[in-house]
Amino acid sequence: MKGYDLFELAVRNLRQSKLRNGLTTVGISVGVASLVAMLSLGVGLQQLATKRLAGSGMFDTVFVTSKQDSRGFDREEDKKDQHPEKAPVLDEAARAQMTGMQYVTEVEPEVRVMGQIVYGGQTHFGFVTGLPMSARENEAFDNLQGKFFSSSSAEEVILLNDFAKELNPQNPKSLIGQQVTLSYGEHQSLPVDADTPGRPQVAAGQSDSPVTSSGDDYGFSVVRKAQPLKVVGIIDEEPYGGMRTVSRGGIFLPVDLTEKLNMAEFSDMRSSLRGHGKTFMTLTVRVKDPAKVAQVQDAIKNMGFRTFSVLDATKSLRRFFTVLDLFLGIFGSLALAVATLAIVNTLVMAVLERRREIGVMKAIGASDSDVKRLFFAEAGAMGFFGGILGIALGFAIGKAINIGTGIYLRNHQLPAEPVWILPSWLIGAAIAFSIIVSLLAGLYPASRAARLDPVQTLKYE
Amino acid sequence: MGDSLIRAVDGISLSIAGGEFVALLGQSGSGKSTLLNLLAGLDTATSGSVVVQGRDLAKMSSEELARYRRNDVGMVFQAFHLISSMTIMENVELPMRFAEVERTERAQRVRESLERVGLGKRMQHRPSELSGGEQQRVSIARALANRPSLLLADEPTGNLDSRTGEDILNLIRDLSLSMGMTVVMVTHERALAERFAQRLIFLGDGKLLSSTIASGSSSVAGGANSQEVQA
Repeated sequence: MKGYDLFELAVRNLRQSKLRNGLTTVGISVGVASLVAMLSLGVGLQQLATKRLAGSGMFDTVFVTSKQDSRGFDREEDKKDQHPEKAPVLDEAARAQMTGMQYVTEVEPEVRVMGQIVYGGQTHFGFVTGLPMSARENEAFDNLQGKFFSSSSAEEVILLNDFAKELNPQNPKSLIGQQVTLSYGEHQSLPVDADTPGRPQVAAGQSDSPVTSSGDDYGFSVVRKAQPLKVVGIIDEEPYGGMRTVSRGGIFLPVDLTEKLNMAEFSDMRSSLRGHGKTFMTLTVRVKDPAKVAQVQDAIKNMGFRTFSVLDATKSLRRFFTVLDLFLGIFGSLALAVATLAIVNTLVMAVLERRREIGVMKAIGASDSDVKRLFFAEAGAMGFFGGILGIALGFAIGKAINIGTGIYLRNHQLPAEPVWILPSWLIGAAIAFSIIVSLLAGLYPASRAARLDPVQTLKYE
Repeated sequence: MGDSLIRAVDGISLSIAGGEFVALLGQSGSGKSTLLNLLAGLDTATSGSVVVQGRDLAKMSSEELARYRRNDVGMVFQAFHLISSMTIMENVELPMRFAEVERTERAQRVRESLERVGLGKRMQHRPSELSGGEQQRVSIARALANRPSLLLADEPTGNLDSRTGEDILNLIRDLSLSMGMTVVMVTHERALAERFAQRLIFLGDGKLLSSTIASGSSSVAGGANSQEVQA
């Protein structure tokens, strides 16, 4: 029998007992819906958590420090490495090497200096932090008032709301677009003088190495400077949850501007004493894809630096969601398992009812496998329609969950977010699963129908 | 089509020539229906052989037997055995679905078969809307759908009044003559059998009792075959 004949006969047989087959199909659809609703909830929760982590700016970032700095931070590692003073330093060369690595999109120093904002004749003290342009994606800027920096070296400033209130307690918003003056300490290298007593011998031996304006291995002065800046935006919270910096900063400048202004940093003094020239306290390395963080981290570790990322935390998170999905899937499948029994029952009934019909079909030329395929087709059709109906039902349930949680979140003054997401692969997988399960359920009734003896069923009664 | 030779061997040995109209007679339980089912390939003989057109049914797989029923055999039953949920047209079409006849050809063959039995105008009706005689005509049309060489009829007049029964047997005989189709009919109505069949075979307790040329039947070309009877 050809495929379309099989399908046509199967559908017409199903329509013969609309109520019974309809109820069975609804049973399957409830099973599929519960499976879909559960798995989609798992997917939605996972995406929500992942988005939160990615939004925190920690997910795709490797923090790099030199082993020379912050000794004793990790005692185990200190023991392994007996000579931290020989470890490489975080200088421009190291930064360039990291920038050149595969998957690395950005390597920025964490610039953090003391500064003062002069506004309306008043001086306000605060910490200045350099921000890369990629910080725009950080969730702290979701509620940005005003604009982000127009470029990475624009003479612009973004203020923390708390700090803006210090400047203008009545209407901090009005600061946007106004000019303020930043007063800061400039790092001025001392002119290199070979005759200066006490100059380290190691540097003297490298007389052929060019001495750049920032590459100072001898000493520097801190000179007060003033820089006019335009306030472009105000944010409520510190970016990166304030985790990257040691204490609260309120003044944010584009990172390239901070480097151009050559602000004196705390670490400059240590660099100068060691004679390394300009070094960085911490470099933040942004990776294109969170999945590549481990690879980049290993490469930087091999360069001899200390690294940190939150990858380990996400590993256990992913494991948690795998287990969660598994459990949600098992619970969702229970209803489908019950629906499977309904299919078996319905088809066994149909075989009993249609004994004579099956006998007739065999007598006029249907083979055992034709009969078997016919019942399979009926089971498969119920699975298919049940699957589609189940997706629709599951979709409705999911929408209801989203609306419900949305109302709940809004009532708690939180932004509504979808906790239930139906990915397209799940639609296809659910329908396929529904058909497969239905076919398995049809196995017994179909073989029973195929085994019927036409002579027995056609006996005149 | 004309050369179907059938041998059933189970204490019974007989051969039926192509185009012959044979009636199997006997009391109930005499084995006549079993013999018919053996010829249809619905039952398989525990020993012996049933040879149709040189092919031994006893050696065929169930798949081959299904193909044989589909292509070479048409069956007509006492209880008509039409599928009540299908229209007349769909009932006649059903064997062609199993035979994988192309859709376009089917409609034409359905009409052809129904016209042969005189029901060309009632194709969209359901079996329950027809009289017994009409239902039996539909079942004959269904049996003809795949143009078989052998028509097996199990008490085709058993559920019909005598007039309608005569009409049906007239139809079967005409079809047999016009299509050169071999007919084996099980019946217990000796009078009818004598009028329409060319040969009467009497069975009792599974044994062949006698085989006689029917007096009233018109002689046909194939009627002079040798018949072997072993009691």
